[in-house]
Amino acid sequence: MKSISVLKDRKKQIFEKGGSEPFDMSCEKKSLAGAVSQRACVFCGSRVVLYPIADALHLIHGPIGCASYTWDIRGALSSGPELHRMSFSTDLSETDVIYGGEKKLKMALTELIDQYSPKAAFIYCTCIVGIIGDDVDAVCREVEAATGIPVIPVHSEGFKGTKKDGYKAACDALFNLVRRYPNPEPKPLSINILGEFNIGGETWIIKRYYEAMGINVVSVITGDGRVEEVTRAATATLNVVQCSGSVTHLAKMMEEEYGIPYIRVSYFGIEDTSDALYRVAEFFKDAPEVMEKTRELILNEVKAVIPGLETVKKDLAGKRAALYVGGAFKAFSLIKALKTIGMDVVLAGSQTGTSEDYAILRDMCADGTVILDDANPLELAKYVMEKNADLFIGGVKERPIAYKLGIGFCDHNHERKIPLAGFEGMANFAREVHETVTSPIWDLVPRRANKNTGKGNGK
Amino acid sequence: MTKERPSKPYTATQNACKMCTPLGAALAFHGIERSVPLLHGSQGCATYMRRYLISHFKEPVDIASSNFSEETAVFGGGANLKQAIENVARQYSPSMIGIATTCLSETIGDDVPMILAGMGASIKGTSLVHVSTPSYTGTHMDGFHQAVAAVVDRFNPADKRIGYKPKKKKTVNLFPGMISNADIRHLKEIFETFHTPCTVLPDYSERLEGPSWQEYQPIQEGGTPISVIEKMNVAVHSLEFGAVLALNADKGVDTAGGILKDRFDIPCTRMPIPMGVKATDRFFETLSEVTGKPVPERYQKEKWRLVDAYVDGNKYVSQKKAVIYGEEDFVVSLAGFLSEIGIIPVICATGGKSGLFRQALEQTLPETVWDQMQIHDNMDFTRIEERAAALPDPPDLIIGNSKGYAMARRLNVPLVRAGFPIHDRVGGSRILHIGYKGAQNLFDTIVNAILEKRQSDSSVGYSYM
Repeated sequence: MKSISVLKDRKKQIFEKGGSEPFDMSCEKKSLAGAVSQRACVFCGSRVVLYPIADALHLIHGPIGCASYTWDIRGALSSGPELHRMSFSTDLSETDVIYGGEKKLKMALTELIDQYSPKAAFIYCTCIVGIIGDDVDAVCREVEAATGIPVIPVHSEGFKGTKKDGYKAACDALFNLVRRYPNPEPKPLSINILGEFNIGGETWIIKRYYEAMGINVVSVITGDGRVEEVTRAATATLNVVQCSGSVTHLAKMMEEEYGIPYIRVSYFGIEDTSDALYRVAEFFKDAPEVMEKTRELILNEVKAVIPGLETVKKDLAGKRAALYVGGAFKAFSLIKALKTIGMDVVLAGSQTGTSEDYAILRDMCADGTVILDDANPLELAKYVMEKNADLFIGGVKERPIAYKLGIGFCDHNHERKIPLAGFEGMANFAREVHETVTSPIWDLVPRRANKNTGKGNGK
Repeated sequence: MTKERPSKPYTATQNACKMCTPLGAALAFHGIERSVPLLHGSQGCATYMRRYLISHFKEPVDIASSNFSEETAVFGGGANLKQAIENVARQYSPSMIGIATTCLSETIGDDVPMILAGMGASIKGTSLVHVSTPSYTGTHMDGFHQAVAAVVDRFNPADKRIGYKPKKKKTVNLFPGMISNADIRHLKEIFETFHTPCTVLPDYSERLEGPSWQEYQPIQEGGTPISVIEKMNVAVHSLEFGAVLALNADKGVDTAGGILKDRFDIPCTRMPIPMGVKATDRFFETLSEVTGKPVPERYQKEKWRLVDAYVDGNKYVSQKKAVIYGEEDFVVSLAGFLSEIGIIPVICATGGKSGLFRQALEQTLPETVWDQMQIHDNMDFTRIEERAAALPDPPDLIIGNSKGYAMARRLNVPLVRAGFPIHDRVGGSRILHIGYKGAQNLFDTIVNAILEKRQSDSSVGYSYM
């Protein structure tokens, strides 16, 4: 078969480290029309960030699709209410599109608030709302006045930018809640955990670490989230931001408004988790017992997971991994984590990386690694084959690409059920990678079987 | 029938029992050889639908997008659509690009037929086929049928009739609607056994369930070739599945079979999706009439084996109560099957709102069960659950796609998974529903679900039935 070609307009978003082309990643662009981007839209960005707030009503204003496709979509756990796992839509019909959807929105909101008694309501505007010109802000004000709960519009019309703009709209909605707290007084030794969504219970793992360090977690935004907790956020002294892309905007607004500084961290892999906890301890250096406790915690946690990692490393050393993730920050951590278990990264890409992100990525990767921005299935397939990857790390849309080509797969998307954060998350990650890479079925898969027996790969 | 409760007591839809129109179109376009669907709208629509379909089929599902921006929404999507078409053509070299609109492009009023006509309705040998699927009208089922009709319309223009009628090759057109891969494969096998060539449209059974690959396939193998679709106008007969589709056609809605009837006078027989003995009998009788051939012995054997299995399991299912839901045509046929084995479909629910659901059920089900059933269209899962919880006796079974899982869990009633989508199990696309074999599969699964529940509820855990 002829090799897969890359669209001319996409060439500036693909680089091979150490290759002949100068590294000048063209990123943060709208996806190319017709290119089958793996990205979603503005609405998706807002929806994923706010999704885990479990006692809020999430009402999607538009025709049914956007609500149908995001029903119970994230593995974001709640220790209490589970209203976030419901899918609410104004389900606009043709007449609403013609005569406007405001009346229906107001009725739906009033009815749902009455039925479920949420602590707040988020109203997501979808594409069509931006076109038919519903005054969603006015409806929200009206319903808020009538019901007494915060009713917050999220301006997430799908076409008004990229997923990143959706993150920003979500941050604006969160800040709307934060600002409602009157005269916040900072609590000692307190932080907010930002950009942690409690996928498979990850928030609980991270919270446990901070508690062991003697740190007071004021709120988690938005993992296992509660409206009241988010509203208290300005009483923390430090914002610890994970998943850089999604909530940095909120951290910046809080810094500006309340003078709360923020640091960017990652809880993925031993190296980055330790670094995150040490940096928080460092911030509270006036309380030296925090650093002591942190050292002890990390020592114990690392000790507990290292033997397991050493075992899997024996089988994984030298195997090749490809990764394609949403935010580039996750890619940095994954590269380090893969190194911990002896694997080489041959492809690294993200949907939403910035040029600074890609520069970091380039420096972290070995020569020959392919770096991609906003890739599509054909490009991903082309390079995982060319680089002969043994493992692909990605989400639902990347999974069949890997599987059709007989490549092991590790799900690092928001649908997964297994926590991959923290030290124990690293152990889970290593186990999952080991399980898929060492599966005996690859001997039966034609592409791999032929390769392994030296019969060529069918080219 | 019991007096109908108001189907729409709330304004909001809570946990929808439907998907939006373009999803059906995107799936139907996957059933045409070397065709690529392209959604004219925001990037998110394509990505969400890909994810939704991948989670069911566990296969790559590529759907391109014209990727609207704010400027596009203001100045119109023509330039974006053109660029998208060119890029898809360049990267995939498809035989066809199926262009489905979305709420966004429909609302701003893009004239897609005009844009495509401006491109000559094709680009370098790639045919451009348009279907209008604003997500604020109908459901994914409407999008599916409309896409099939659009393809037939495009490749069988009224003035292009091939001037001969083949004598030996008596081809039958089959428009099966939205059924599983296993169903499509079973239908093709039946036609083979009848030694009758058949054009199934759409046929995604190979593309969305193919083998492991040696090399990446930008477009998976399989699907109905356009060259074959172009000959649908010389077939001897068309068959169209779907009880509600048939009623819609009676009302004058264009269907694929209807277009071929109107333009080329090809007789079209419409029938419910053949689920259960009676509906399958009807299918085989029709097939026998159309082809002039007797029903092959193997199907007679399959039928009597099935009836014998019904006998063996009769007392486990008789008078059991089931809550069923899904697309209108699927629910109607499922209800027909259940009523013939003695299970009462106490709640028949759908997210569709053709207004023909009740009529289609009445045509299919014996009057004896009418007064034991509630029929609800335009429903969501929250309302289905409310009604199921309010039943005088709790139901014994819930049957439908995996979106009923949360409801089944809360009600502590076994869920038998059937239809689309199956997101929480493997093998969703391999569930066989139709023909005697499909009824056998459903019957065994249903009886075993009832037995398993009895076993797990039992304090002694008996080991014989």
